[in-house]
Amino acid sequence: MSENFEPKILGILCNWCSYAGADLAGTSRLKYPANIRIVRVMCSGRVEPTLILKAFQEGADGVLVSGCHPGDCHYVDGNIKTLRRTPLISRLLTQIGIEPERFKQVWVSASEGEKFGKIVEQMVEDIKKIGPYQKKTGDALDTVAHEVYQSTKEVAATGEEGGSHCG
Amino acid sequence: MSGQKIGVYVCHCGSNINGVVNCSKVAEEAAQLDGVVVSKDYKYMCSDPGQEMIKADIKEKGLDRVVVAACSPRMHEPTFRKALEGGGLNGYLLEMANIREHVSWVTKDKEEATKKALALVKGAVNRVKYHQPIEEKEVPVNDATLVIGAGIAGIQAALQVAEAGHKVYLIEKKQYIGGNMAKFDKTFPTLDCAACILTPKMVDVGQNPNIELYTSSEVIKVDGYVGNFTVTVKEKPRYINHEKCTGCGDCATACIMKNRIPHEFDEGLSKRGAAYIPFPQAVPLKAVIDDQNCLLLTRKKCTLACVKACGRKAINFNQHETIHEFNVGSIILATGFDLFDAKRAPQYGYGRYPNVINGLQFERMTNASGPTSGHILLEDGTEPKSVAIIHCVGSRDENYNKYCSRVCCMSSVKFAHMVKDHTDAEVYEFYIDMRTFGKGYEEFYNRVQEEGVHFIRGKGAEVAQKNGRLVVKAEDTLLGQYREIPVDLVILNTALEPRVDAEKVAQTLGISRSADGFFLESHIKLDPVTTTTDGIYLAGCCQSPKDIPDSVAQGSAAASQSLAIIATGKVKISPISASVDENQCAGCRICVGLCPYRAIKLNEETLRAEINQAVCKGCGTCAAACPSGAIKVSHFDNDQLLAQIEGVLA
Repeated sequence: MSENFEPKILGILCNWCSYAGADLAGTSRLKYPANIRIVRVMCSGRVEPTLILKAFQEGADGVLVSGCHPGDCHYVDGNIKTLRRTPLISRLLTQIGIEPERFKQVWVSASEGEKFGKIVEQMVEDIKKIGPYQKKTGDALDTVAHEVYQSTKEVAATGEEGGSHCG
Repeated sequence: MSGQKIGVYVCHCGSNINGVVNCSKVAEEAAQLDGVVVSKDYKYMCSDPGQEMIKADIKEKGLDRVVVAACSPRMHEPTFRKALEGGGLNGYLLEMANIREHVSWVTKDKEEATKKALALVKGAVNRVKYHQPIEEKEVPVNDATLVIGAGIAGIQAALQVAEAGHKVYLIEKKQYIGGNMAKFDKTFPTLDCAACILTPKMVDVGQNPNIELYTSSEVIKVDGYVGNFTVTVKEKPRYINHEKCTGCGDCATACIMKNRIPHEFDEGLSKRGAAYIPFPQAVPLKAVIDDQNCLLLTRKKCTLACVKACGRKAINFNQHETIHEFNVGSIILATGFDLFDAKRAPQYGYGRYPNVINGLQFERMTNASGPTSGHILLEDGTEPKSVAIIHCVGSRDENYNKYCSRVCCMSSVKFAHMVKDHTDAEVYEFYIDMRTFGKGYEEFYNRVQEEGVHFIRGKGAEVAQKNGRLVVKAEDTLLGQYREIPVDLVILNTALEPRVDAEKVAQTLGISRSADGFFLESHIKLDPVTTTTDGIYLAGCCQSPKDIPDSVAQGSAAASQSLAIIATGKVKISPISASVDENQCAGCRICVGLCPYRAIKLNEETLRAEINQAVCKGCGTCAAACPSGAIKVSHFDNDQLLAQIEGVLA
């Protein structure tokens, strides 16, 4: 692993709390590492495994998902769905050989700019310790990502019921 | 996705972005991206010439997609959407890359910043290719307004909306309106009597036919969206028939608990019974029965002296909680502040030593209708010979609240004047900095200085008792000397804090709070009245500590926001929503249970899920869980998000 490894982190942030919190870090001129690239969703409940797998496929070394604190969700309880989904995603990542430390799910409110900066700082540091995510050809990620994303259409086409998936 | 014509515009934001990010380089490299036909950088994209540039390029170069790399979309997305529309493109064919808040303002290294900015632009260019035009939904506005909290800010807002001819539901948790201001004696800097300026407004509230007042009531649920909120209010029983009660106070005189319960309105300086009249000018002027202390209600055993005393037979112990439901177009939140409990700062001896009081207690003491009939008295009934006033108790203090409570310097100066006016006592003010920022404030401060008040620059560190006398210890930073000043009375000017239930209120209304716990405004400078939830506005101290003029101004501002949407008669609401592709839906029902708004139902005939577009708010939780990928969320669809992820990580 190279000495000056700079991890690439994808941040998926909800519009109402965490994206606003990241904006506040900006308006407060708090400095944090430039390793994170932020994508906005309306609610953290929108974050499905596909997005996270896609990030690793595209060369991310870590993925951060952040929503409103439980009880503060702009959409009543979308973040609770996120909370429920998080351990399942971690388990899925472990199964396909991605260290669970590479995926982090946190709560950042619109007033927690400082906290957001610190989370990014910490995550960059942690991922620097475990090194870059080296995707091997033909490893489980591609297969699973393909299955999760593409096969859904086939499922529908064959009229098979998908009730066993996690929600 | 070929054949698209994308325009990329990189904003310098003066030096805000360009000082860190090499904007021309970003524009140059963006020009190489697939589909980009125009790529420019410019000083201020949000300025008129900036927007005109976009409009002209749409018309002349036939752009069909636009990326603006500038500030946060939470700031200027509406601005640039309008610019697109001005050029003849649908506003949703825009994507913004946030290279200010998320890049230039948070990154030290210029090279890193430029690299990150370019990555975000790539993500935006990738994403915008999948954007579809979306028509914004317009919905009619209910012309009633809900005002929560009937202190001075809420009263001002309610009166202004009502006087414009529209219905107002005014909800107050306490049994009377007027809030904290009703407890004050004089108001700075003019020394107007608080009651003289507030009472007429309170009476107006009681008499205005457009205002429906609910005291002893709380909002327990808010549904809907701007223009169409449904609000559920719980009204607690008062055990008094309002139609019959004349506010004569006979029940209060008769109550066998009389003079046994500390009176909240007098900040505990007087005692009341379980049946009482809150204060002589209360609106509504009706008796109250305190269910926590009434013997009949708590122990089911009482002589019922109040019932016997009431000539109008107005007392009714069979009253129950009532639930009301209102439909309103907008909500004004004016829930005010709680006073910092000085017991949390034990060094000041509040609650431990007699004659250490807080500011509101002093207000009650100087108030002619207060517990001492306007006399400043020690516990033994004598007048103090020296008085200390300590600023910043619980404010500007790392241990309690970091913020400045704004009003205490001026109210302390007012207290000093009141002491000088009512007694011959020496007055010592302990301050860190003197902040007399308002109209006529500095002049008032000068006047009080001339009255012979001793101003000691240094935070009062401790209040102790020595030889039976109170002693204030402080470092006088102007003399560079430690001082101990013996006094008879200490007034602690305590911080203004968010209400204890602010968190619950924020959750009920779906709004955010800032780090200090007060409700969060959309923009601290340019939008201090609106919240991030459309149709919910803030007024008064629930947003931040402020004085009466500012609370009144914000109350008026909130009212005008509400009146503005009523005047338009319709509002645009976010068109982002989810829909089901019938051909892909397997009818598994997973989405049905996930929707927080119960917008999804299974069509019993087709066995496919259906989303009610009027109810869906577009959070996308259903789409994330759909095992067959049958649910699309407009503007936040998988195609768009996956393309963006690919771009930002490239």
